Amino acid sequence: MTEFRPTILAFCCNWCSYAGADLAGVSRLQMPPNIHIVRVMCSASVKPEYALKALSQGIDGVLVLGCHIGDCHYMTGNHRTAKRFPIVQKLLNDVGLDGRRLKLDWVSAAEGEKFQKVVTEFVEEVKRLGPNPLKEVKF
Amino acid sequence: MARIGVFICHCGHNIASTIAVEEVVKFARTLPEVVVADHNLYSCSEEGLGAIRNSIKQHKLDRVVVAACTPRTHEPLFRKICEEAGINKYLFEFVNIREHCSWIHAKEPGPATEKAKRLVAMGVSKAALLETQEEKESSVIPTAIVIGGGLAGLTAAASLVAQGIETHLIEKEKKLGGQLCGIGVLAPGFEDTTKLVESLINDLKGSKKAHIHLNSKTKVVHGFVGNFEVTIDERGKELKIPAGAIVVATGAREFQPKGEYGFGDLPGVMTQLELESMLTKGRCPHRTVFVQCVGSRQPGREYCSRICCNTTLKNSIRILDMDPGATVSVIHRDIMSYGTAWEELYRKASERGVRFLRYGLANPAKVTKKDGSLLVNIYDETLTEEIDLETDAVVLATPMVSREDSGDLSKLLKVPRDKHGFFLEAHVKLRPVEFATDGVFICGSARWPSSAKEVMCQAMAAAAKAAIPIKRGKVVIEAITAWSDPDKCAACGNCVAACPYEAVEILEQDGKLVAKVNEAQCKGCGTCVAACPNDAMQQRGFTTRQLGAMIDSLVKHALEAEQ
Repeated sequence: MTEFRPTILAFCCNWCSYAGADLAGVSRLQMPPNIHIVRVMCSASVKPEYALKALSQGIDGVLVLGCHIGDCHYMTGNHRTAKRFPIVQKLLNDVGLDGRRLKLDWVSAAEGEKFQKVVTEFVEEVKRLGPNPLKEVKF
Repeated sequence: MARIGVFICHCGHNIASTIAVEEVVKFARTLPEVVVADHNLYSCSEEGLGAIRNSIKQHKLDRVVVAACTPRTHEPLFRKICEEAGINKYLFEFVNIREHCSWIHAKEPGPATEKAKRLVAMGVSKAALLETQEEKESSVIPTAIVIGGGLAGLTAAASLVAQGIETHLIEKEKKLGGQLCGIGVLAPGFEDTTKLVESLINDLKGSKKAHIHLNSKTKVVHGFVGNFEVTIDERGKELKIPAGAIVVATGAREFQPKGEYGFGDLPGVMTQLELESMLTKGRCPHRTVFVQCVGSRQPGREYCSRICCNTTLKNSIRILDMDPGATVSVIHRDIMSYGTAWEELYRKASERGVRFLRYGLANPAKVTKKDGSLLVNIYDETLTEEIDLETDAVVLATPMVSREDSGDLSKLLKVPRDKHGFFLEAHVKLRPVEFATDGVFICGSARWPSSAKEVMCQAMAAAAKAAIPIKRGKVVIEAITAWSDPDKCAACGNCVAACPYEAVEILEQDGKLVAKVNEAQCKGCGTCVAACPNDAMQQRGFTTRQLGAMIDSLVKHALEAEQ
C-alpha cells in the first residue's frame, strides 16, 4: 500500500498568516507538500461552509490561520473566527467526522517557524486520522 | 467562456530547480478555458512582462494567471501589465509557487511539481470567475487633524501647515509641548527643549491655517479617508471638525515605579524626569547612581524602551558639566547606546569617569538609607562580588509605557495596538507611519519609545503621507469591498453587527429592507460575508463562487490523482 498523502486546504489571511507562510518560504523552512493555501483578506471571512464543502468532498483536513488575537488587521475580525470554528469542529464531531480534521491557529507575519510547525504537525495529525472517510462516498 | 492565459515563472533557479516548470505549463494547457500557457525565466523582468503583454494582445486574453512568487510584493506589477495590455486589473490572479511551494519543498521535486499543478488549477478556476471591477473615487476634505500636542504633534502640525494645509491640533492638557517641556536639553547635541517647543509653537501661531485646541479631548470619530468627522470636547464645549486625514501623535509616558528600589519611600530615589526637572532648575546631586531597566526587559514587560540608556548617558554628562567633581555610576544589564552619536556619548561619559557596573536580572540592587545618604548594594557581574555605593541620588531609568487612554483612541479610530498598548502601524517596512486604516497615520512614542530626533522624523513622514490624499483631492478605493445582493438579503442585520467599520446599514430599497455597504467605508475584510446566512453578502475578488471553485478544483485534481 502506498503511503497516505493527505490533501489539505488552508485559508490564510492576507496580513498575518499568508505573510507568515511567505516568511517560511523566504527562510527556506521545509515542510510536507500537502497544504494548499487560499488567500483571504481576513480569517473572519472564511465561511464555515467552505470547510464543510471541502471535507464533505473528501479533502482530508482544513486549516484556518489568522492573526493573533489583538493583532487583527481588521481589529476584531479574528475574534469572530475564534468563536466560529470551535462550533464547526463540534458539528463535525456530531456528524461523525473527526473535528480534528479542522484546525484553527494563529500565525503572525513574523512567525515563519510557527507556520512550519503548525503545518507539519497538522499534516502528521491528519495522517494519524487516516483518509477522510467521505472520499469513498459518492453523493 | 473566458480566455485565460497562464504564465509560469522559473524565477531563475528559485522555482525551476525544484518544480518541473514545463510539466506544469503542459498541465495548465489542459485546464478549461485556458487559451495559452507559457513560461518565463523571470516573469517580473522587462522581457517577461513584455511576453505577457504581447500574449494578452495576440491571444485576446481576458484573464491572466501568473504562477510565481507572492502577491504581497508583485501583484501590483502584474496588475499594471494587464492594464497596459487593455484588460481590467481585477481580472488578474496570482498563484504562489515559490514561497508556498518550491522553497519549502526543495527536497521533494516530484510532490512539489504535483502541488504546483494543483495550485495553478485552483488559480485558473478562480480566474475564470473573476469580474471586472471599477475602483471608486471619493473626494477629500482639505483639512488635517493632529491628535496630541507634544513634540510629535507639533512637528506634524507645523509640517502640514507649512504645506498649506488647514490643520487642527488637539491637545488634552492646558499647554503644548508634552513631555518635552520638563526635559531641559536633548542629547546628543544638547539642544534646549524650551526653545525647540517655542519655535514650533510660534510656527503654528504665525499661521492662519493652524487651529490649536487646548484642554480638548477626542470624543467621536466618524467617516473614512477623505471624509472624517471628529467631535472634540473643548473645555466642555462640543466641536465637530471635518477632516481628510488624521495623525495620531499622543506620545507615551514614563513608567512610575511601584516601590522598587525604595521609590516613594526613600528621599533621593527618583525617576529620570524628576532628575531632569531638578537639573533644569539648576540643582544637581553630587553623587548619583543610575539604575537601568527598572520595570523593563523583565517578565510582563519584556521590551527595551530604547531611549533610557541614552537619557542616562546624557544626564551623566549634564551632571558632570554642572559639577565637575561629581561621581556618577550607572548600574545596567546592557548599555544600548545605538547609533554613532550615542556611542560617541557613551565613550565621552566613560572618559569623564562615569562608572558602568553590570548587574543581572536575578540580583537587583538593594537601596537602603545610611546616615542621611543612600546606600546601593549590587552584585557586580564582572567582578563577581558585591559592591556598596554611597550616594545622594538614585535615578531609576524606567521605560516609556503607553498612555492609559490609548485604548479609547484605538477604539474611536478603529486602529490596532500591540500587547503593550502601543499603536501598530500597517507594516513596519512596507507602510511605516501608516495605519492599516486609510487616512489615519501614527508617529512618535505612541507608536514605540523614540528619541526626539526619531519622533520628529516620524512626525514629518506622517505629515507628508497625510498630505498625499489631501493634495490629490481624491482617494481611490481598492475594489475588494463587499456588496449585498438585494434579492437574497433578508435584512437580518448579522452583517451590520459583524462589520468592524460600521460600513453596513440596513436601508429601505424598493419597499424592502436590505443591507447596504458604504464602499468608501468598507475595508474589504469580508467578515460580513461569513456572517451572512443567506449568501447575499459577497466580497469583490473573493466571492463564495470563486472560493468555492478553488475548493472544487483542489478536490478534483487531488482526489483524481489518488485514484
